[in-house]
Amino acid sequence: MASTTAPSRNGPAGRRSTPPPPPRSARASAWRSRLHRWDTKGTPYALVAPFFLVFAAFGLFPLLYTGWLSFHRVSLYNVDRAEWVGLRNYADLFTGQVSHYFWNALLNTFTLGVLSTVPQLLMALGLAHLLNYRLRARGFLRTALLAPYATSVAAATLVFALIFSPEGGMANWVLGLFGAGPVHWEAGRWSSQFAISVIVTWRWTGYNALIFLAAMQAVPRELYEAAALDGANRWKQFLHVTIPALRPTILFTVIVSTIGATQLFGEPYLFGGQSGHQGGTDHQYETLGILMYDQGFHSSMLGRASAVAWIMFGLLLLIGLVNALITRRLRASQ
Amino acid sequence: MTTTTPASDLPRRTATRPSARAGRAGGQHRAGRLARVVLGLAALASLFPLYWTLVAASTDSHAVVSSPPPLLPGGNLFENLTYVWNNAGGRGMGVALLNSTLVAGAVTVSTVTFSVLAGFAFAKLRFRGKKVMLGLVLSTLAVPAQLSVVPLFILTKNLGLANHLGALILPVLVTAFGVFFMRQFLSQALPTELLEAARVDGANSLRVIWHVVFPVARPAMAVLGMLTFVQSWNDFLWPIIVMNGSTNPTVQVALAGLGTGWSTDWSVITAGALMGTLPLLLVFALFGRHIVGGITQGALKG
Repeated sequence: MASTTAPSRNGPAGRRSTPPPPPRSARASAWRSRLHRWDTKGTPYALVAPFFLVFAAFGLFPLLYTGWLSFHRVSLYNVDRAEWVGLRNYADLFTGQVSHYFWNALLNTFTLGVLSTVPQLLMALGLAHLLNYRLRARGFLRTALLAPYATSVAAATLVFALIFSPEGGMANWVLGLFGAGPVHWEAGRWSSQFAISVIVTWRWTGYNALIFLAAMQAVPRELYEAAALDGANRWKQFLHVTIPALRPTILFTVIVSTIGATQLFGEPYLFGGQSGHQGGTDHQYETLGILMYDQGFHSSMLGRASAVAWIMFGLLLLIGLVNALITRRLRASQ
Repeated sequence: MTTTTPASDLPRRTATRPSARAGRAGGQHRAGRLARVVLGLAALASLFPLYWTLVAASTDSHAVVSSPPPLLPGGNLFENLTYVWNNAGGRGMGVALLNSTLVAGAVTVSTVTFSVLAGFAFAKLRFRGKKVMLGLVLSTLAVPAQLSVVPLFILTKNLGLANHLGALILPVLVTAFGVFFMRQFLSQALPTELLEAARVDGANSLRVIWHVVFPVARPAMAVLGMLTFVQSWNDFLWPIIVMNGSTNPTVQVALAGLGTGWSTDWSVITAGALMGTLPLLLVFALFGRHIVGGITQGALKG
């Protein structure tokens, strides 16, 4: 630093004991420029190093290790003994003894994903459009819509499990008011999946609405003015101005929600209470996430659980690929 | 935050224009009655389950499942909360709340700090391999935690960290989302001239980071901090696996214990849900506006 070599004109009393500053030698300035070079060259790597260390230790290594484990038989109670079984774990899932559960879980992941993602995003889009109007209490409405985001999977699911409880649940009471029901929500395939998707939708609709709202406010107002001059009403403006302008954002939320739906775990796990770890009394809402947990941490088959995880990984890669293709096509068409 | 400024809060410059119709375009519309009703219902649907948690938590095990269901709070709230406080998760909800605060706090401080540092490097510094590294960060955004839980479980067991709070902190010391979020913010908010000026004045990297980067990044740090805290507090899968059967649980593990146990005393379960949610709702009530801004900001640029 420059100040350390400058003579201490108004230095404090303590400085008196230190030796006088050495003359500006060639060696010192060479040292300083070398320091400077190290600083500019090395600093960027030092700054990004923590991320890559954490990623290597807790992201990449476990991912590869999961792949390796998926070819082994590993017990939950003796994790250090892995026995090579080749493709057996995958065979068990696709055609073997647990294939029934696997295909069931794959289907459920898909149906639950559609049931929770599609209404959620459509409603979010509509709500964002309405929030974009001039409104009184806009701040309150936004905060209210986002409040479910602040609740955890656990808290939300437990409360909704009570609402959908077969005895004295509020859902059945409301149905009763209309002369319908009661429905044993947890027992049926569709009723249970409907209830679970209500929980997911409740937690995430407001979040997505705010994302859409932000994108809507970035749409240039001139576009609306031009459309209005052409005689387009609000609905037509929404269809022909808002939606096209929001296309990248919509794609983004579709991808994020789809990835989230593929990993659905907490909601089905807690909705089922005692039978949650297997996705319901009859596996009627068992997802791939639940299957992985059940195989690994209830049946003690960590290798098979790893195989499920890698199949999920493959699914996500597929989703990413489809996403990339759609994005490219959208760009090409513009 | 400019991204959250509602378009209609801007001066109505269109009002001076000759065309009255143009003035009513887009965000300039006043909401119709139908729009207000729909939004009101949506807000009600969002808030009612929270209100009803309070109602259910203040009844007893019989009243909570009676028909018609209770719609006003009863007199058992304190009793239920006390029971949960003393019994949930083995050692009570107090321990669980403390654990969750410790974990979420540590994760938040570490994620925010490291994200600023890496985000700064990616936004403003030149170095070999930067593009490849940034691509790597981006590609890990989509890799979910579920893929790694089995090996992480084995790893933590071998490290002697099973049932230890450290197992919840280590894997999320810094996240790809945080790095990316900070990079996006700093590449716009941090003027390159400011950095150059500091350099000319002879400041080394540490000084630049401490005296320039951190002050500029402060608003984004607050947003990322809140998002990280909420996420860490609500994390479920990994704590359930690594802290299963622990006598030292986090809030979510304690709640899962209430929900999957043999007893289904709903008034106690909802009291637990209430207690586990209140801290976050409090954070939300205090900083809600910023969280709203952060979500919209992160999404716009992500």
